Amino acid sequence: MTTTAAQVHKEDGYNFAYLDEQTKRMIRRSLLKALSIPGYQVPFGGREMPLAYGWGTGGIQVTASVIGPDDVLKVIDQGADDTTNAVSIRRFFQTVCDVSVTESTAEATVVQTRHRVPETPLKEGQVLVYQVPRPEPLSRMEPRETETRKMHAYAEYGAMQVTLYEDVAHFGRIAKTYDYPAIVNGRHLMSPSPIPKFDNPKMENNPAIQLFGAGREKRIYAVPPYTSVRSLDFDDHPFEVQTWKGSCALCGSTTSYLDEMITDDRGSRMFVCSDTDFCNTRQAEAASAPDDKAAGEDA
Amino acid sequence: MTASALRKPAPKPPLLEVSGLSKSYGTQVGCRDISFAVRPGEVLGIVGESGSGKSTLLACLSGRLQPDSGSISYDMKDRGPVDILTLSEHERRRLARTDWGIVHQNPRDGLRLDVSAGGNIGERPMALGARHYGDIRSDAQDWLKKVEIDLSRTDDKPRTFSGGMQQRLQIARNLVTRPRLVFMDEPTGGLDVSVQARLLDLLRGLVRELGVAAIIVTHDLAVVRLLADRLMVMQRGRVIEEGLTDQVLDDPHHPYTQLLVSSVLQV
Repeated sequence: MTTTAAQVHKEDGYNFAYLDEQTKRMIRRSLLKALSIPGYQVPFGGREMPLAYGWGTGGIQVTASVIGPDDVLKVIDQGADDTTNAVSIRRFFQTVCDVSVTESTAEATVVQTRHRVPETPLKEGQVLVYQVPRPEPLSRMEPRETETRKMHAYAEYGAMQVTLYEDVAHFGRIAKTYDYPAIVNGRHLMSPSPIPKFDNPKMENNPAIQLFGAGREKRIYAVPPYTSVRSLDFDDHPFEVQTWKGSCALCGSTTSYLDEMITDDRGSRMFVCSDTDFCNTRQAEAASAPDDKAAGEDA
Repeated sequence: MTASALRKPAPKPPLLEVSGLSKSYGTQVGCRDISFAVRPGEVLGIVGESGSGKSTLLACLSGRLQPDSGSISYDMKDRGPVDILTLSEHERRRLARTDWGIVHQNPRDGLRLDVSAGGNIGERPMALGARHYGDIRSDAQDWLKKVEIDLSRTDDKPRTFSGGMQQRLQIARNLVTRPRLVFMDEPTGGLDVSVQARLLDLLRGLVRELGVAAIIVTHDLAVVRLLADRLMVMQRGRVIEEGLTDQVLDDPHHPYTQLLVSSVLQV
């Protein structure tokens, strides 16, 4: 399948999806290993990409290795489809593999994301690719990688719990709000990339395949479908997600992750959904059936 | 009671039994053909000048160095005597975290300096699965009291502590899981004499109260005089004299031990 696709793109000077077939094979092998050991960081031979480290080189390499000509790609950055990083990466894949792209989470087969998990629940058959800046959750406590590998191998995760202890001791609650460490499949400690902890529960038992690519650190890890992802906590300080007092100013959602927007220099602000596709879909639904919604609210 | 138990240690099987232990660094001898036993609740002192192989021996015993030959048998809680050199790395690390304590000469090697005192003490219980913040914290504070650190310093980082406090914190961090054997490498090194005296007093109290066995490596004869039941004197990697502490210090037989004892300054 990919050879025919490669032939199509030969005249552009690029192989299908930019990476050469040998590299894709290598990355796919790492992905299979990562899926077989959920949460385990598999080293891979990361390639130079036409993008600066920190902008999603790991995610791009994973996406390039799993994408086929029939796939529909969605790229989000902080939940939005129209920010620089999302636009650039989407355009990159349009250039190098000519796949169709979408902003709709439901229509996409491959979603590359930075900082968010879409609000619309994912289905079986979808692949969610995370861009990961720092794959090693233990690195803050233990800078030696030889040592962190042993800690993972022997499941010695007391040091991670110490960071939570420190939060409660100093702030009275677990203050970590993003990149919140979680135990995958009851075994490996994983950094879920800098998604807000609001999104941690969405990773649990998700029907979609979740792949994580760290380009600078050259690590790949994965959460297979329907796998447990337990966020660390204490019995007397259980894991909680962020909540907001109001609702989205545009679509009125009370269940989504809200961004605070400053609207002038006198302190006015509004809260809107960070997931633009979710917000736009809700606004369109409300506009097309205003009477139904009003009737629903009355009842 | 403890004193009488020490007079007749025969009924208790040894906690740690070392035989024929050797370690060399190329042609340089670290320690050679060392054999001894430590019984539960007993404090063994190892003295000798710098370079006599004390620290090499301690590192071999505590699993941080692989000896060239010999065996180290440890009486594990659930399995009985086991040669720890045959244990997997996982089991050895687990043993070192639960049943053993290691007090380093430099507290910076044994503490997390950017984690509060409470967190330092709580790490071992949390590594063993403690998940209740309130319990972990009250346990940590109990230990801070035992090592005479003011409770108002619970959330302060050890880098703001004095050397003596850091050393006491390190001891609390090790003893919180109630180990049966503690390795101490120059526990009073680098402390001034009055702080040393308080630390020794504290250590003596804790060791007697908890009944832990300890192996103390030091070059300070006063430390072993106060703490150790038995004494081993090392020179150039070999044990040249051993016996009850008072006996060795008051009536040294080997010329080197005589030199060592006579070179202590009298005030």
